[in-house]
Amino acid sequence: MSAASETGTPFTLKATGHVARRQRLSRMSRWVLFSATMLAVFVLVYLMQDVVRLGWERLSWDFLTSYPSRRPLDAGLRSSLLGWLWLMGAVIVMAVPLAIGSALFIEEFAPRNWFTELVRLNISNLAGVPSIIYGILGLAVFVRGFDLWGITLFPSLGPTILAGALTLTLMILPMTIIASVEAIRQVPPSIRDGSLALGATQWQTVWHHILPGAIPGIMTGVILAIARAAGETAALIMIGAFAFIAFDNTSLMQSFTTVPIQIYNWTTLPQEGFRVNAAAGIIVLMTLVVGLNLIAVVIREKFRRSW
Amino acid sequence: MQESLPITGASAQLRGAELERAMRKRWSKAPFERLIVLSLWLCGTVSMITTVLIVLTLAEETRAFFMEVPLRDFIFDTKWTPQFEPAHFGVWPLVFGTLNVLFWSMVLALPLGLAAAIYLSEYAHPNTRRILKPVLEALAGVPTVVYAFFALTVVTQDILRPLLGQDRVPIFNALSASIVMAVMILPTIASVSEDAMSNVPRELREGAYGLGATRLEVAFRVVFPAALGGIIAAVLLAVARVIGETMIVAVAAGSTPQITLNPLNSVQTMTGYMLAIGLGDSARGTVDYTSIFAVGSTLFIFTFCANVAANIIVKKFKEQYE
Repeated sequence: MSAASETGTPFTLKATGHVARRQRLSRMSRWVLFSATMLAVFVLVYLMQDVVRLGWERLSWDFLTSYPSRRPLDAGLRSSLLGWLWLMGAVIVMAVPLAIGSALFIEEFAPRNWFTELVRLNISNLAGVPSIIYGILGLAVFVRGFDLWGITLFPSLGPTILAGALTLTLMILPMTIIASVEAIRQVPPSIRDGSLALGATQWQTVWHHILPGAIPGIMTGVILAIARAAGETAALIMIGAFAFIAFDNTSLMQSFTTVPIQIYNWTTLPQEGFRVNAAAGIIVLMTLVVGLNLIAVVIREKFRRSW
Repeated sequence: MQESLPITGASAQLRGAELERAMRKRWSKAPFERLIVLSLWLCGTVSMITTVLIVLTLAEETRAFFMEVPLRDFIFDTKWTPQFEPAHFGVWPLVFGTLNVLFWSMVLALPLGLAAAIYLSEYAHPNTRRILKPVLEALAGVPTVVYAFFALTVVTQDILRPLLGQDRVPIFNALSASIVMAVMILPTIASVSEDAMSNVPRELREGAYGLGATRLEVAFRVVFPAALGGIIAAVLLAVARVIGETMIVAVAAGSTPQITLNPLNSVQTMTGYMLAIGLGDSARGTVDYTSIFAVGSTLFIFTFCANVAANIIVKKFKEQYE
């Protein structure tokens, strides 16, 4: 080796034998691990293109504006799209203020004691509860009504949009609160201290300084939660939204169905025509979910602030 | 939880008892602020009420179920045939349906998820990681009814049946559900494990490199063992998701409760049974109605244990290097 450097050829350190084998193995492992990483992505891409090829031809204005039907070619998404819009609107109206309020309470106003700790722990545990459990909760409490020792705590709502929205609100509340708490924590303490030092009350500090700084993060979390609620099927089937609806929803107290449930319905029917309908419905659903996710990403990137 | 709060000197003092008392006095002077704090407090209690409602309704209806079906039968009977005469209510066939799908989805997702985590944490360029991680996480955001469609119509009908033979693969089978479930939970395993591996201090890696270890050896013999706590937590979170997942198994795995771990059998999981009853309109007070709460309670206990264990391990693990 020293001879090589004396004669001016470039110095190279090349492993031989056992060490070379270990290095070769290590270099190969990069590609094995990379392929393993990409495998799931490819599986999903393959499945998605299969669905798009299958359902593309069915996608038309008629498909979006026809009521469900026994004949695959006449069936459409009209009632499920409308039910979906009503449901998501109601969920947003209820879940967003509740989530932001809870997060503000936990982060800014709650005294630091065992009860607040319990509330925090409880929220992280609720986030792991399966959606079907929320479904039977909604069934027992909102749809059938809830009596405790002879007192009616919740009236029976039946399988209505309101019952569905309440169920989904409870379901997405934990993840929305967690995201909001994270966003509020990103606002540096110096902002809070500065505001308080200048004589602002705690609420003025929160309203004028904490919230404006945390809103992009909160919005991101809220939109992702909405996307999850929009794709939810099991919980809504449990509360009785698996229904044949051939009218346009006009109030929160009507029975309803949604696009994911319609997709489920078509998936379980044996005729090939309904399989095509399900694929077309999935294109609609995925467009919305991917769109919501993109909006969330854009908000996160656009309003990313370094304090 | 509180230890992890970034409390700087100033705000730590602010939270001091004296100032807190002063702040409270100021609220009491402003009725508007008091009203706001009260309404925020009300928001904060909603999550507590949710938990109480879940436990109450599950307990109440499960009690009603056990008034008609002895607990002994539920635990020791080996048949689940609520629709037939004589009706059997042994929960094990449903539990095994869940375990079947859980086992086979883990067999597929564990190696792939951990490989992805190791790649992202130890091999990938930071830019690659910044793109790949959200892409992987997007897999978890696909609505489960879409995965259900994939499992039944694509995996079973277009892949498994032509590949393994029409007569060997029933139209509803645990394998198709497990394959799709593996794709669904892979990001959970990969993302949480990757966080744990990234948290392993750099000194450990550099020490190993300095001793002449290759990248592969560092990843598997240094980083992996050091991050084991977080990896176990990631797997437990994924387990909880598989146990609670409903649409995929309801659509693709079938409706035949039986005690088997054969992936080519048609099985019914706990969630699959609950959904099947939910599709009908069973009246309150019937055994059908109360049985979904009894099965729901069983499911809740399973997922609760997995989640709590994961949370404890994550917390323990976090403290290890901080």
